[in-house]
This record gives sequence, structure tokens and C-alpha cells, in this order.
Amino acid sequence: MIQVNDIGKSYGKVEALKGISFSVDKGEIFGIIGPDGAGKTTAFRILTTLLLADKGEAFVDKLDVKRDFKKIRKMIGYMPGHFSLYPDLSVEENLELFASVFGTTIQQNYHLIEDLYRHIEPFKTRRAEKLSGGMKQKLALCCALIHAPKVLFLDEPTTGVDPTSRKEFWQMLKKLKAQGITILVSTPYMDEATLCDRIALIKDGRFLSVQTPQETVNRFNENLYETSSTDMFRLLTDLRKNSEVKDCYTFGASHHLLLKNDSSLEALKKKMLALGHQDIVIRPTEVTIEDCFMKLTKE
Amino acid sequence: MNQFLAFIKKEFFHIYRDKRAILILLVMPIAQILLFGFAISTDVKNIKTAILAPKHTEMMERLAEEIDQNPRFDFVGFLQIENEIDNYLRTNKADVTITFPANFENEVYSGLDNRVCISVNATDPNTASIESNYIAQELYNILSEKTMKGIEPQVSPINVHLMYNPQMKSSFNFVPGIMGLIMILICAMMTSVSIVREKESGTLEVLLVSPMKPFSIMIAKMVPYFGLACINLVSIMILAYYVLDVPLTGSLFWIIAISLLYIILALSLGLLISTLAETQIAAMLISAIVLMMPIILLSGMIFPSESMPPILEYISKIIPTRWYISAMRKLMIQGVSIQYALKEVYILLGMTAFIIAITIKKFKIRLE
Repeated sequence: MIQVNDIGKSYGKVEALKGISFSVDKGEIFGIIGPDGAGKTTAFRILTTLLLADKGEAFVDKLDVKRDFKKIRKMIGYMPGHFSLYPDLSVEENLELFASVFGTTIQQNYHLIEDLYRHIEPFKTRRAEKLSGGMKQKLALCCALIHAPKVLFLDEPTTGVDPTSRKEFWQMLKKLKAQGITILVSTPYMDEATLCDRIALIKDGRFLSVQTPQETVNRFNENLYETSSTDMFRLLTDLRKNSEVKDCYTFGASHHLLLKNDSSLEALKKKMLALGHQDIVIRPTEVTIEDCFMKLTKE
Repeated sequence: MNQFLAFIKKEFFHIYRDKRAILILLVMPIAQILLFGFAISTDVKNIKTAILAPKHTEMMERLAEEIDQNPRFDFVGFLQIENEIDNYLRTNKADVTITFPANFENEVYSGLDNRVCISVNATDPNTASIESNYIAQELYNILSEKTMKGIEPQVSPINVHLMYNPQMKSSFNFVPGIMGLIMILICAMMTSVSIVREKESGTLEVLLVSPMKPFSIMIAKMVPYFGLACINLVSIMILAYYVLDVPLTGSLFWIIAISLLYIILALSLGLLISTLAETQIAAMLISAIVLMMPIILLSGMIFPSESMPPILEYISKIIPTRWYISAMRKLMIQGVSIQYALKEVYILLGMTAFIIAITIKKFKIRLE
């Protein structure tokens, strides 16, 4: 459904995309995972015909993003990373506007947005600016869906949204996938990666890997440890100084630890106790997408 | 077509819900017309006038009375000796003094030397020249009435006849200028700001990824401003005619036709600005510096372009408003037929075509 071959794009001297390639099948949820400034938005804008790439070619449903931009604009739904509905129009007016702009009506495609719209319908006369973050994103998705697009482009749809709404949002994406809609989604949240069919990890305009989330985790292929003590910051610096430690980085409330040689685990623990760390815990933990990302960035 | 209408409806909501926009679009034009018509005028009123007459005759008394009754003048008193003239003018007790020669009464009707001397405080040269004109005119009028039939008073050998605007009302001059300014403000500035706002907020990004043609998005954004400009055109003309007594002597059809042409020109300027500016601030600055300032200073709205230094006069020729104002003055105040304003019409037409051509060339169908 989407075919990207070696797309590159520079803004002046800054190279935002350094040649990325991937393809997305019909009815797939494809996630582009990476930190801010990695080039996610640029990639989305090129695929949605809003920007021209400096090099490479891209196709959406076999249509060239440069030459056939008019046809592509009719059949895709796009939700930019920032809130981009009209704040001074009400929920209903926004939805009606986007329906008319695409030459359709709310009634015609109501079945597509029904589940989503039910949540926001009680506020349909409220102005969009007065909605909560989650509500705004639901409305934006409704507006992007109202013309029954074949492909959905969602640029960081869950940024700034509370965990419950995020979960609901992803459930909604699963339902849309079931209806045969292809979804390209980007997110800075690594935990959302597992909800995609396949993911591309992106950093500094380059793809680090393109695989299913499971394959990405399997490829990690090392023992990962979780560690904590009473003085977390000193623990981090002390561990990093240690010659046995391959890598150590903060991860939520604990640190994640990679060793050069697993057998030295007990010795390491003792060394840390000798340095005056109290309540020190070092135990194996499960590899997450974020760990893969950290490892791939360092390679 | 449905897309188009839905879009126009949305644009009306934006304007209607933005109190600031309403204020600028509908209230400001009316306020400006009234301000320039009444408060800010170059008309001079209450000119403090003193008379130095060697003989305090009945004629002088009546002259003073006549002057005092005219709302333009305040009679402040008779002077006794010439030194007092300087004293009165210096202390601002008087703006103007009139000195009559000793034998004025006998000589005024006989054509002998009877020079009346008018002294004016010329600290502000514009006001001074207006004041001296008024006084000369007034003396001529008063003395004519007093004259016996068939004998012309000989106060001034040059008889000035003020055509089209005999009372020299400045509002006559300002109305076309304000119309020229308001249209640019509404059509060029407000339109460009509203288009750039969509760029800035990212809504344009979503709109571009839709079947709607980028150019029709822009046209739809202009329609409400075109409507508002027309409303303003009508309200300004009604105010000008009924409140400011601007004669509107020329063909109403052509006044409106040329105004519509000018509105279209201003709209295409707005569109051009919006393709160049990336932020609302930039659009506002371009409108203010590249459009407003030259219009106010160089279009002939306040300062006549004929009396500018050659370079500025040359620059003023590329300001559309200059030609619009010139055409409007001819049609509204002079009341001449359209033939005499054809040059302006052709220039405006040419400028419109030129701006539209550049805009189409610069127009972007993508984000950059």
C-alpha cells in the first residue's frame, strides 16, 4: 500500500531524512518510533504530498507522491502532530466542515466513526479549543476518517494524551485495521510500539531497524538487568565507571544494566556494596523496545 | 460547490466569533470616517481676530460684529496702536489682526489706495494660509454687502473662486482617502493574516491533504472579506453623503465599479502577502510597512503627491491607492464623467492583472 525507496530531505544544511526505505502492506499498522527531531514528521509530510523529497521516490497505493498528488489527497486521511482543527468551531462544525471538504456527509460514513464519536457526542456544541487533549485527538481522528480513507497517516496522535485515552485510541486503531484501512502511525512512546504490526525505529533521519515488535526484541539477544539502590544517581555514575559494565542507563524508576560478562554479576554487586550503596538490587528483566532502541542507537 | 459553500460558512464563523476582527472590520471604518470627518480636520475654526482701525467708526463696529457672528471667527477686540499687533500675536490673544488705513471708508469705494493689512501668526504655515484666505474672503463678502449697487469693493485685486468645495471642507478630501485605506486594511491585511493564521496553526496542512484545490481554498477565504468590504463601501458612502455632506456628484455606477475593482486589487495583494509570509506577525508587518505607511504618507490621502520631492512622487505612482483616490475625488467631488478618470481605471486594471499574475506564479500547492 505504501512503498518508500531511499527518501531523503534536507532543510538548508540540516539533513532531516538520510534515505529511508520501507513498505507497508494493506491493512497493516506500521509504526515509526523515535524521539523528537528524528525525522518522523518530515517523512509523514512527504508521504502526504505536503513536501517534496530531495531524493528517492514514494508511492501510496501505487500513486507517485509527487506526480499524482491530487489523487493521493483524495484517498488518504491525515492527522498532523499538532492539533490542527479549528479551535473556534464547535465539535460538530469541525466534523461537518471536513465532511463537506471531502464531498461527503457525516451520515454517509457514520459507521466508521461511530465508536469514536460516541465519546465526544455529548460535547458536540462545545468549541474544539475547550476540549481535553484526549477528546481533541478523538475529534481529529474522526475528521481524518470521515471520508473513509484507504490509508491513514497519524503523526504522533497520542502525544499529550492521558494513558486511558491512549489505550482507547489504540483500540480504535485495531478496529480500523479490521476494516481494511492501512495505518501509518508515529509515536515517541516506546510502549506503544508493541501495538503495531511492524515498527521502524528512527534516529537522526535514519531507520535503525524495520521489523515486527517481537523480532525487534528477539534480536536484542543479551541478558538485561534491572538495578536500584537508595542513591540512584550515584549508582548510575559508579556503574558506568566499572569496567565490567557494558552499558547502564536510567529506565523509569530503575536503571537498566548490560554486562560484558554475566558471570561477574555477584562480584559487581559486592563492589557496589563496598562503595557504600545500600539496598542494592540487581535482577534480570524483560527486554523492551526502548532497550532495543538504546542498543541500536549505540551501535 | 458544496465544499466551497461549507468553507465560506466556516470563514464567517471565524470572523463572527472573533470580536477583535468584527471591531476592525465593521466598527473601525465608521469610526475613521467620523473621526476624520469631524475631529481630525484641517478646517480652521474660532480664529481669534483683532482689528486695528485708526478711526473707530460705525462701519468698523458693524464689521467687528459680522466677524464675531461667523462661527469661523472670534472677535477679540479693537487695537489702538500698531505695537499692539505684535503683542497680541505673540501672546496668542489673537491669531489674525486686520489693519485698516486711515481713510479706508472713503477710499474703499473710490478705488484709491486702500490697502488692508492682514497679519497672521504663521507658526503653523498651513493654518496661517487657510486663515488669511478665510479673512480675505470674509472681508470681501462683508464689504460687498455694504457696497452700493454697481460699485465693487477694492479690498483684493485678485478674486479667488474656490470650485467644487467652496467651504474648503477637509472631509471632502479625506473620504476617498479613507475608502482607499480601509479597503487595503480589510482586503489585504485581514485576508492575508487570516490565511497565514491557517498556515501557522497547521490547519492548512490538513486542508491541503483534501480534494479541495489549494487555489479554491484561498478564493473561499476571500469571499467573506469581499462581502465585508462591500458592506463598508456602502456604509462609508452613506455616512459621507448624509453626515459629512460629501456631494457624490458623479456617476454612482462608476464610483461603485471602480471601488469594486480596487477591492479586487486589494484582495489579490492580500493573497500575495499570504504566499510570502509564514507567520501572522510577518503578514501584519508587511501589510503595515509595505502597504499602510506608503498609503497614508504617499497616496495623496493627506499630503498632495504633486508637491512631493521627485523621488517620492515617483514612488507614489506605484501605489494603487493614489490612483483610486484620484479617481474617487474626480467622480465624487468634482462630479466629472468617467472619461476624465479613465487613466486611473486603466492603471488600476493593469496593477490588478500584474498582482494576480505574480500571485499565481508564487502560489504554493505544498507546504514549501
